[in-house]
Amino acid sequence: MNASKYAAFFARFRSLLALALMVLALSLLSDHFLTADNGWNILRQISVNLCLSIGMTLVILSGGIDLSVGAILALAGAVAAGLLKNGIGIPALDVALKFTTMGAILAGLIVGGGLGWANGFAITRFQLPPFVATLGMLSIARGLTMLWTGGFPLTGLGDDFGRLGTGAFLGMPMPVWIMLALTAVFVVVTKRTRFGRHLYAVGGNERAARLTGLNVGRIKIAVYTLAGALAGVAGLIVTARLDSAQPNAGLGYELDSIAAVVIGGTSLSGGRGSVAGTVLGCLIIGVLNNGLFLLNVSPFWQQVVKGLVILLAVALDKMNSRGRDS
Amino acid sequence: MKAEGTILLEAEGIEKSFPGVRALSGVALKVRAGRLVALLGENGAGKSTLMNILSGVFPPDAGTIRVDGQPVRFSRPLDAQAHGIGIVFQELSLIPHLSVAENVYLGREPRTASGLIDYRRLNADTAAVLARLDLKVEPTALIADLRVGQQQLVEIARAVSADAQVLILDEPTSSLSSHEVQVLFSVIADLKKRGVGLIYITHKFDELAHICDDVTIFRDGRVVGEALFADLTRESIVRLMAGRESKELFQKSPAQLGDEILKAEALSLPGEGVGRPFLVEKVSLSLRRGEVLGIFGLVGAGRTELLESLFGLHPRRATGTLSVEGRTVAFKSPADAIAAGLALAPEDRKRDGLVLPMSVAANASLASLERTLRGGFVSETRETAYVTPYIERFRVKTPSLDQLIVNLSGGNQQKVILAKWLATDPKILLLDEPTRGIDVNAKREIYAFIDELARLGLGLIVVSSELPEILALADRVLVMCEGRKTAELTRAEATPERVLHAALPDLVASAAC
Repeated sequence: MNASKYAAFFARFRSLLALALMVLALSLLSDHFLTADNGWNILRQISVNLCLSIGMTLVILSGGIDLSVGAILALAGAVAAGLLKNGIGIPALDVALKFTTMGAILAGLIVGGGLGWANGFAITRFQLPPFVATLGMLSIARGLTMLWTGGFPLTGLGDDFGRLGTGAFLGMPMPVWIMLALTAVFVVVTKRTRFGRHLYAVGGNERAARLTGLNVGRIKIAVYTLAGALAGVAGLIVTARLDSAQPNAGLGYELDSIAAVVIGGTSLSGGRGSVAGTVLGCLIIGVLNNGLFLLNVSPFWQQVVKGLVILLAVALDKMNSRGRDS
Repeated sequence: MKAEGTILLEAEGIEKSFPGVRALSGVALKVRAGRLVALLGENGAGKSTLMNILSGVFPPDAGTIRVDGQPVRFSRPLDAQAHGIGIVFQELSLIPHLSVAENVYLGREPRTASGLIDYRRLNADTAAVLARLDLKVEPTALIADLRVGQQQLVEIARAVSADAQVLILDEPTSSLSSHEVQVLFSVIADLKKRGVGLIYITHKFDELAHICDDVTIFRDGRVVGEALFADLTRESIVRLMAGRESKELFQKSPAQLGDEILKAEALSLPGEGVGRPFLVEKVSLSLRRGEVLGIFGLVGAGRTELLESLFGLHPRRATGTLSVEGRTVAFKSPADAIAAGLALAPEDRKRDGLVLPMSVAANASLASLERTLRGGFVSETRETAYVTPYIERFRVKTPSLDQLIVNLSGGNQQKVILAKWLATDPKILLLDEPTRGIDVNAKREIYAFIDELARLGLGLIVVSSELPEILALADRVLVMCEGRKTAELTRAEATPERVLHAALPDLVASAAC
């Protein structure tokens, strides 16, 4: 092992250490923290953020940012709920299409992936800065959600669909299964596939990647499409858990997922970071929220503390990388 | 004002290393009031590093700097400015969307009583400085709207307006017209009269006769000679700078030419609105297996743009016909060019060639990753096994393949880029300034590799602005000037005079040569 590996190891270890210290402290401070129920609780709570954050990790590794994931989450959930509940009518043909649960889920994923693809297309084809393109998409997707729902929640979606949010398999809640499966898949995708390696290269130096013959545009479109589809997954989970598609679901979630990615040690300038780090980042935020709640800390203070943790994590990271570069 | 000859600034025993490169060892320099000391040396000899240290951009590893006899320590450029040291950098450091006046007085803007910027005084003071430099632009003009030569003069105006006691000029004339150069020389003479001490870095010997008093010569990070300018001849300076005959540096083996492998006809690349209408204009070239084609030209001659057009980087704008191994091709992207057997090692390694946050192995395998997959997945074992022979072949000095590429020296980084391309089995290698910023030993190695690759039957195109390099390496020399091919010479025909003559635009040929 050499110096840079030590540094990387330490960076990851540091987040783990912080998490372990938090768990230890909270176990001592609260009787309710270290229980099986509370453990599942935390995992269930972070599942939505982790789905978004995995996509956000890909986007940030590629050197971009995606502000639209919260809004895409809402639209994907609303579309799935609406199709499941009402189907879709085509007045001209005088038919109404009914959707099965599976069909509705697929539609939600397609909506998410499709809007993500549109993000990627705008960014690569029209050279829009990702910040601007996805800010536009945020507004578009929110507006479409309002149009689709008329501003009212869509409720009563049936048990089959609800299982996605509240069901369990082999004693583990469905959202946790989904989260673990996605984590496993995307750890492999980023570390063990050509696409993953190319993603790091594009984020690390886009010009060099292009001159090396990589299809930078296609890689970026794929990244935003995946981020959109993962936001769709998160939207389905949220909708299923509440048995209701809320028009303002996922409001501000993009910021929580950026926070998790950053706390997990991924560099906002691209090319450096990992999905594993993001999992830790989500866990840290989840444990922090849960612990502060159990300790009866006011939600207002919770926000302040979360902000401080973000600043601390990035400051430590900067100090670390400065030591490495000079 | 200090009497002429008083030592204003003195550096002693300066040491500086960057990862993998010793940039300066035991360097000393004296700057005297009313005198100009010229720093001479090849690219990479350490001149710019020393200037960065003297102006507080980064600190030395060891050594002392004295201003007026007092030891000082600069931890940032402001410290050096506070001690009366001004610098005009080789690369422009102006802010394009601020006005000339705002740039000249950036950081020391005159204020009104209420603390706002006093624009009336700012513009008036700037107009006075501009008049001294005979620069006819409005103080309120935006930097972005100025010609490069005018921008360079604004940079000089900034340093002059700060009333520096010591003024460092790093290749200040590289983009000035001959009239502007004359004005600069008279400003320098005026500054000398006022007791300012100057440090002047240049590659143009003929400039020295007008302004130079003392000469300090650098080679490989050391001072190898100090003398009064009057005591030196052009020959003695060249001998000190080079330290060895260029033939010793590299002995080319005789070319064994094969079939034509690359042919370009009437290749043109239109400009993008500003500057010349054509960056490359109707350039035709042909390359055979086993041949090294050298392309020489001054900065801005269109050499890099020519290589980029060959490599499929400007598919929409470039025109002309291109054929590889007799087949007509139209590259839509670098990927197409790579598939046809081309490879390009770009001029600016850090900007265009390397993915700095990645390891040596990942950089080396980036262009040929599909050859290292196991069952469709990236396998570090296979990857290591695949790139190791290339890394070893180019004698890359790195503690391990997992080392981040950013920690390697320039020479080793360049070798990793060569390894990356060789791993794709290319037929044609395009090298843009392959030895820029590389120390002498690594340079020699790169020359040997180029020679070896030609003997193995690759066709190589080497672009360089170093004439000795082109003359040493090339079987044939194509000279460019302002986007056009102005000469094509065989190795025997390519004398320094003929090549330079073809590279210089008509207007300035007499002034600069």
